[in-house]
Amino acid sequence: MKRLSYLLAGGACALLLLNGCNKPSDGGGGSGGSGGTIKVGEFASLTGKEATFGASSHEGTQLAIEEINAGGGLLGKKLELLTEDDLSKAGEPATVVNKLISRDGVVAILGEVASSRSLEAAPICQQNKIPMISPSSTNPKVTETGDYIFRVCFIDPFQGTVMANFATKTLKAKKVAVFTDVKSDYSKGLAKYFKEGFAKAGGQITAELDFNGGDKDFKAQLTAIKGSSPDAVFVPAYYTDVALICIQAKQLGLNVPLFGGDGWESDQLVKIGGDAVEGNYFSTHYAPDVATDKVKSFVAAYQKRFQGKTPDAMAALGYDSAMLLADAMKRAGSTDGGKVRDALAATKDFDAVTGKITIDQKRDATKSAVILQVQGGKFKYLETVNP
Amino acid sequence: MDWFFQQLINGLALGSIYALIALGYTMVYGVLRFINFAHSDVLMLGAFAAYFIAPAAAHLFPPPSYLGALFVMVLAAGICAVIGILIELLAYRPLRDRPKLTVLITAIGVSLFIEFTCQHHAVFGASTKPFPNLLPQHDFRLAGLAVNSTDLVVPLMTVVLLAALWFIVQKTKIGTAMRAVSFNHQAAALMGVSINRVISFTFGLGSALAAIAGILYALKAPGIEPLMGVQPGLRAFIAAVLGGIGNLPGAALGGLVLGLLETFAGGMPAISNYRDGIAFAILILILLFKPAGLLGKTQVEKV
Repeated sequence: MKRLSYLLAGGACALLLLNGCNKPSDGGGGSGGSGGTIKVGEFASLTGKEATFGASSHEGTQLAIEEINAGGGLLGKKLELLTEDDLSKAGEPATVVNKLISRDGVVAILGEVASSRSLEAAPICQQNKIPMISPSSTNPKVTETGDYIFRVCFIDPFQGTVMANFATKTLKAKKVAVFTDVKSDYSKGLAKYFKEGFAKAGGQITAELDFNGGDKDFKAQLTAIKGSSPDAVFVPAYYTDVALICIQAKQLGLNVPLFGGDGWESDQLVKIGGDAVEGNYFSTHYAPDVATDKVKSFVAAYQKRFQGKTPDAMAALGYDSAMLLADAMKRAGSTDGGKVRDALAATKDFDAVTGKITIDQKRDATKSAVILQVQGGKFKYLETVNP
Repeated sequence: MDWFFQQLINGLALGSIYALIALGYTMVYGVLRFINFAHSDVLMLGAFAAYFIAPAAAHLFPPPSYLGALFVMVLAAGICAVIGILIELLAYRPLRDRPKLTVLITAIGVSLFIEFTCQHHAVFGASTKPFPNLLPQHDFRLAGLAVNSTDLVVPLMTVVLLAALWFIVQKTKIGTAMRAVSFNHQAAALMGVSINRVISFTFGLGSALAAIAGILYALKAPGIEPLMGVQPGLRAFIAAVLGGIGNLPGAALGGLVLGLLETFAGGMPAISNYRDGIAFAILILILLFKPAGLLGKTQVEKV
């Protein structure tokens, strides 16, 4: 029996080793621009709690890179996308981004969706003078890290205000409770700007409760929220937690609309939440059913590439981030970090899927937001709010 | 007052899950004097077993039905019992005569091994999966109180399983053997008790309990992932210590106390952020005054 256990343990070790060798590695460690390809690094939450964010964003990015290469590449070279999974875990982004920069020698970094994880990678990119574009991190602090950090989405002060106005005007809510994930920079930021905006619009916050992302039991806090009898509940969190919150709110008989930000947008929200998420609202970056030419051609290309899947906002922003990077490199005529940075900072009216992108002084994109509602298990377009 | 009773219900529902998990910890401790940290991962495996069995069981019993849920639970419990026995056989048995610390660290290693193996995309993957609704859902409204049927099923299951466990340990032959092994390994062996068989049985039983707790936990919060056992596992371990480790009713009581503390702390708007901090601070206080736990007996260590 002892022998058998050694054997099994040995086998397991061998498996682990093999797996370690499986990772795509590319010889040489020279700088990305000097070889036959331009190396672009991407880090994304391909697995873990926010897996659909990473997967969508990655697919969008991948599509953009493929389109650029099909169109003859950039500066006479092909683009090569090196993607690392950060498992949706704190601590991982720093490791994988360091690896991408120092071992793989990428010339730019694309990522991440979650603000907390972008905030981890940003100082590393800044230090190495490697331009980083976050597709969809909305917390203001991300680009405040330094002048090499950009984003192609709006920021939470805007999103918070949009949702505050939506609550007062469309939902006609006078009293709102706020339920925040204290583990997430995104959630805390969005909650703060929502509260400011809602107070300005004359609304009253009835209760503020906190949870930790990954919690499974929210009934204690939801009971307190119910006790404060709000007209609606603002839940700026990510979809896995939101789905469970909606289910437990329904069980407790908290029959008011729940609404949140772009962290809600994932088909997993409906898969886990089922009936309980029906009728709730959230703000996001784009709606696939708003028909501009740019959106139509993007949706068609995406569906062709990924088996008929409809791209969500994270996919569109992933696509835009890669396209903007390519555009900046073309304008800079170089892949040099400093020159690409200057070109990115000078971006004006770049025609993207999620709207026209103009990079402002703080390296953020000024753009409109859309509000969607969950109807029949699908996300239906409700309205567009301009900055 | 509504608020108080509603939180009481929430707390009892949460606490009975902790209690159910704590039973497994405390039983293994009772027999072997060590904490099986892999218990929380067996809980996760139980939920995943049910996740994979449920679609097949749906042909036999169209969900949601109580019979179907019971069928899935029994099968998942069986699978986890085998896994538990295998873990003991491969990881703990070779170390049985080594210092307890060695086994304890091995248990942590087994736990991490299961967690990270299961996170690999070829196994379960790290993303959250929607857990099927096995039980019929009813929301009861009673004078301003909201009770979900799952929240009634969980405490009921805990009571039934606690009673069954007590019966096995106190009234059956194998239970007598378990108590004998717990009392003194060598003496029990000299009396003709097959130590290996008793220990395997204990692990099987504990893991089956973990599987059922995992399924109930997944029914309460229907999103499952490979790390889902970590948080409730930690709480249940503390509940077992609070109740007096090795003591079955103590584990159940400890679970309930912890669930209630967390719920009442979490329901206060100003301090909901400190939910765990408050719950655990109170635990430290209790243990300061009752070091052996609520129902534990202080033992004199013979040197």
